Amino acid sequence: MGHIWEFEAPARVLSHASAVGREEFLGPLGSLFDYHDESDRFGAKTWEKAEGALGATVFNLALGRAGLSHTAIDLLLAGDLQNQCVASSGGLSVFGVPYLGLYGACSTFVEGLLVSALALNAAQPLSRVAVVTTSHNCAAERQFRLPLEYGGQRTPTAQWTATAGGCLLLERGRQGVCLTAGMAGRMVDGGVSDAANMGAAMAPAAADSLVRWFRESGESPTDYDAIITGDLGQEGSEILSDLLAMKGLSLSDRHRDCGVLLYDRARQDVHAGGSGCGCCASVTAALFLPQLLRGEMRRVLLMATGALMSPTSVQQGGSIVGIAPIVRMEVLEK
Amino acid sequence: MTDKQAYLQYVNRRAARSPVLRNCAAAFWVGGSICLGGQLLRALYRALGASPDAAGTLVSITLVFFSALATGLGIFDTIARYAGAGTLLPITGFANAVVSPAIDTKSEGFVLGVGAKIFTVAGPVLLYGTAASVLYGLIYWVYVLFS
Repeated sequence: MGHIWEFEAPARVLSHASAVGREEFLGPLGSLFDYHDESDRFGAKTWEKAEGALGATVFNLALGRAGLSHTAIDLLLAGDLQNQCVASSGGLSVFGVPYLGLYGACSTFVEGLLVSALALNAAQPLSRVAVVTTSHNCAAERQFRLPLEYGGQRTPTAQWTATAGGCLLLERGRQGVCLTAGMAGRMVDGGVSDAANMGAAMAPAAADSLVRWFRESGESPTDYDAIITGDLGQEGSEILSDLLAMKGLSLSDRHRDCGVLLYDRARQDVHAGGSGCGCCASVTAALFLPQLLRGEMRRVLLMATGALMSPTSVQQGGSIVGIAPIVRMEVLEK
Repeated sequence: MTDKQAYLQYVNRRAARSPVLRNCAAAFWVGGSICLGGQLLRALYRALGASPDAAGTLVSITLVFFSALATGLGIFDTIARYAGAGTLLPITGFANAVVSPAIDTKSEGFVLGVGAKIFTVAGPVLLYGTAASVLYGLIYWVYVLFS
């Protein structure tokens, strides 16, 4: 029995969009995003609503790029970092599209892609599905850490929640960039309870997923143009490399981490790199998907990483459980 | 390294430490400058005719005012990111700890937002500071009683 799902009908990426805030726009990928808001407000009065507006923005942009109306979407899969996923429901309820709210912390984007592939592979499948995930630095800081204007210092392993969102529209099809297989992650508790070192908390789950993937599929990392991780950051990426080496696996030059790519760590005060549901989604939609569409890459493994915790669980000294679902994206010719 | 403890040891060993010496130096000169500023303010208030007690209180009020203003203008956290304990330890840090949640929670209303959450950061200092002063008072009282 295996854990990898090979999709009978590949899910084809129909359209994509990304949007970010100011800090992300100032990063090395800044010009690649479809939209940015210098004020981080996205036209909303509160940070929480701003995240909802960010989700609506990327959904609208993706629809616009495909020339579709929201009524053409049969299912909306969305998630964010706020309690009870209120950014997604608050921002996307106006569209009236059937909705499933998802929570996988920062792994939600790939969780959404996996569920979308399921919906498109049902006996009587849906025709078009949208996946939207967002995170907002200010909303996350307020919920998980300290007030925004509080003056304090952070440790070098801490990560910066990205103000970012991404959306993919998918349909059944086997031409272009397609999701062809996927695998759910196992919840791995590495024992790390330091919320300022989420890279270390998530790396064991990432290693577990990759080891299982390559063992079961018989593939090797060199079969891919890139193995993309969501937001391990610099610290988590190095730990992943160490953990995989112990299992005799090396990603060599194939590894890319969205959290590391999103900012210039030397110039921007983001410590170990970016994190958040919107980090993986925006970088995938702005950087990797266009590379696949242009044929610069043919086959990638996308693995988002999540740290499953709440402020209460951390304060009570509980360890942070990591999760890392995987999806394979490849360019298919007709 | 399959077991949790070995992994935690590995994680703690490799995690980069905060630059303690640099932080101490920054805290020393920024914190020292704030204290020097306080001392100069005190001399100013004294020169303007305030009693020693009143001058001390006026210095605190002035420092709290400017910290609150800097917090509201979004400058305080930028300075504090560099200065660390230098801005945290003087009364400036306390002012920031009260004002920053007040700004943050305004969107949740003045009762359940600002009213209920204004002391989320400063609360421990208020509670244990007050408790410690009561304890100190008791000890002092017993000491005076027997001496």
